[in-house]
Amino acid sequence: MSAHSHVEGQLPHEPEKATLEGRNKVLGFWLFLGGETVLFGTLFSAFLALRNQVLDGPPAHELFQLPLVALATALLLTSSLTSVFAVHALHTNRVKALINWLIITVILGAGFLALEIYEFWHYVHEGHGFTTSAFSSSFYTLVGFHGAHVAFGITWITLIIIQLARKGLTVVTAPKVYVAGMYWHFIDVVWVFIFTVVYLMGKVV
Amino acid sequence: MDWLTTVDHKKIGILYMIAGGFFFLVGGLEAILIRVQLWKPLNNFVSADTYNELLTMHGTTMIFLAAMPLLFALMNAVIPLQIGARDVAFPFVNSLGFWTFLFGGILLNVSWFTGGAPDAGWTSYAPLAGTTYNGDHGVDYYVLGLQIAGIGTLIGGINFLVTIINMRAPGMTFMRMPMFTWAAFITSALILFAFPALAVGLAALMFDRLFDANFFDPSGGGNAVLWEHIFWIFGHPEVYILILPAFGVISEVISTFSRKRLFGYSSMVFATILIGFLGFMVWAHHMFTVGLGPVANALFSIATMLIAVPTGIKIFNWLFTMWGGSIKFTTANLFAVGFIPTFVMGGVTGVMLAAAPADFQYHDSYFVVAHFHYVIVGGLVLGIFSGLHYWWPKMFGRMLNETLGKLTFWTFFIGFHLTFFIQHFLGLLGMPRRIWTYLDGLGFNEMNMISTVGAFLMGFGTIFFLLNVVITAFKPQNAPADPWEDGRTLEWTIPSPPPEYNFAQTPLVRGYDAYWKEKTDGHKGMTPAEPIGPIHMPSPSILPFFMGFGLFIAGLGFMYAKDWGNLFGSFKSGYALGIVGLLILFGCMFLRSVIDDHGFHIEEEEILRDMGGKA
Ligand code: HEM
Ligand SMILES: [Cu+2]
Repeated sequence: MSAHSHVEGQLPHEPEKATLEGRNKVLGFWLFLGGETVLFGTLFSAFLALRNQVLDGPPAHELFQLPLVALATALLLTSSLTSVFAVHALHTNRVKALINWLIITVILGAGFLALEIYEFWHYVHEGHGFTTSAFSSSFYTLVGFHGAHVAFGITWITLIIIQLARKGLTVVTAPKVYVAGMYWHFIDVVWVFIFTVVYLMGKVV
Repeated sequence: MDWLTTVDHKKIGILYMIAGGFFFLVGGLEAILIRVQLWKPLNNFVSADTYNELLTMHGTTMIFLAAMPLLFALMNAVIPLQIGARDVAFPFVNSLGFWTFLFGGILLNVSWFTGGAPDAGWTSYAPLAGTTYNGDHGVDYYVLGLQIAGIGTLIGGINFLVTIINMRAPGMTFMRMPMFTWAAFITSALILFAFPALAVGLAALMFDRLFDANFFDPSGGGNAVLWEHIFWIFGHPEVYILILPAFGVISEVISTFSRKRLFGYSSMVFATILIGFLGFMVWAHHMFTVGLGPVANALFSIATMLIAVPTGIKIFNWLFTMWGGSIKFTTANLFAVGFIPTFVMGGVTGVMLAAAPADFQYHDSYFVVAHFHYVIVGGLVLGIFSGLHYWWPKMFGRMLNETLGKLTFWTFFIGFHLTFFIQHFLGLLGMPRRIWTYLDGLGFNEMNMISTVGAFLMGFGTIFFLLNVVITAFKPQNAPADPWEDGRTLEWTIPSPPPEYNFAQTPLVRGYDAYWKEKTDGHKGMTPAEPIGPIHMPSPSILPFFMGFGLFIAGLGFMYAKDWGNLFGSFKSGYALGIVGLLILFGCMFLRSVIDDHGFHIEEEEILRDMGGKA
């Protein structure tokens, strides 16, 4: 609404909340994440209900390779940190640093995704296909949903980087950056649960 | 064209009304066909297969494609006006919500023409809904159609939540919000927490059906009861998503036409919140007979009965509101008053069903059918009719004809009780639910016949309403801003129909029932909270329409990927179509993100002209 009410080049203190649109966006996104929580909660419940139904496939404790997963986890957690730096750059109005931190975040996210794809490919060769058992279906669905979220996040943040490069930091682009940051943290938190519930608990015979 | 691109919440409300009304007719027609089949024993008007399809599509259509959109119609038309807002929080998303709902609904109904509608019941229980028992594409349509429509509902819910939290006029605290807005608020919160569960359930069922996953198939290690849990953890809140807005309508209408403040406003708010919360705690009362064991059954039984407390509070508050009021029996109010005893009856049978041991007797009998129709037709549909008659002048600027309105009410009301009251007894006598015919000599014949007659009466009631709408459409716009003369809330302070920007000046709210308060204080209208100035509006956009369309194409493509031939090499043409659909969707999302659109302004002169001309 008041997108042009500020002097050119001078950004308000919290640019993501300077306009009603911005505030709506941030609030709407918090609510959306509430819905996402239910979504992942349901996926987790389904996985927990089915995780011992391995039929002829390999059971979790033989299948999972923690070092690989730990590496992926480290990448994703670091990317959360770099996205914090990005939002900090946003608040101190340093566009260059903001863009750079976002790029690093995207690269780390892509690394995570690559490891996950390799992991899936490896599991399939171990006889753990999508259709093998109820355990495998629910595993790929839960972890794959998360992976799809990461992929979406990468694309989204990339588009935001392009916008930042073209238009700079304004009261229009700032909420987008902020909201994407929230999304990225959320994905990270979900992964922490996946790491615990799927992988660590899977190792317990 | 204007209608395809609009992002105006009032127009989107009308779109929801037309689409929801259309699906209401479709679902009603299906109901009539069901009742014709059951009017006499051993009838063969439709085949058993067709009956299953009719039954499934009737339930699914009524709940997802008729009732919810009609409520969304009222919410879109009224909520921003009631809170003194110029617009909703996300106009673009709002329109996207409508188009995804519509394309999802169309996809569901395409199934009638492509070889068979879904036929596993509106609950689509596994393993009946799995490929073992349902090898054709019926259930695929259910899964994908509902998934797409559900996205629309979810984003619509988020839009209402943000609108209500962030965009209330100055002075409108939460405890000054009209009851209908409160109801919409809690309903939207329920949508937010219930629909993602359904999305997961549908996705899992889709994976089972299209990609041979094993979620619900016991031979693959899956668990069919898991489906029931997921479905009902969504499904029970869903019935409160439906009924709470109806409660809101009734509160507004009864208070307006009794010319009294709503009795016990704060207890009403509290009861609404409590009902919303408890709605999530009781899902397993649909599963008493599944074998969860006595402890679970007892807990869910008690939790369910608890809901009777806040509901009872509401009922008594409505009665006390009428008590000593100067009541006007307009059509809207007739529907509202008729709602009360009807809903109470549905509630009583609900408590009966909540007693787990008794439910073992009633389960899957016509007693259940009678119960839920008392709640959703006697509650929800009466509420929707009441709301439509009440806000029609505000939405269209024309008064509906009262004589035809009363005719609508009486035929519908009597027809309703004729249809469903008797089904309680059919159920107690042992007539099972979801059967396509019954034997002679069981004592079912007369009652079924009466039930069918009642269904036709309801059909006539609906026709009278449509007649009323058509006749009214040809009349000149005659409704004043406050057509009932006793309007209490902000929507009655602006012209009927409202201008695009709703409020020329944002009103200052000084109490509950903001407009009524100004009237009793001797003021003519609201005190404005701002000077007149240019108003910023969002631009219309065709993208939401194409995004819905893209999802529709994608759904259709993936569904048939297994049967359609190869495009090149071993690449299935169905997948190709699906990918084209997704590309349309993502392309639109990309466009939305790169195109800068700052909307436009409505200038001061134009607003002043409007004010001089109409109000
Ligand atoms: C308008 C007149 C209506 C009539 C005559 C009618 C009639 C029927 C009949 C005969 C059945 C089949 C019962 C069985 O064999 O189990 C049925 C099922 C059902 N109806 Fe209605 N109905 C009407 C309106 C509605 C409305 C407005 C809703 C919801 C908003 C609704 C929701 C349902 C549901 C959910 C089922 C269960 C379907 C299933 O078991 O899969 N009905 N209805
Ligand atoms: Cu229930």
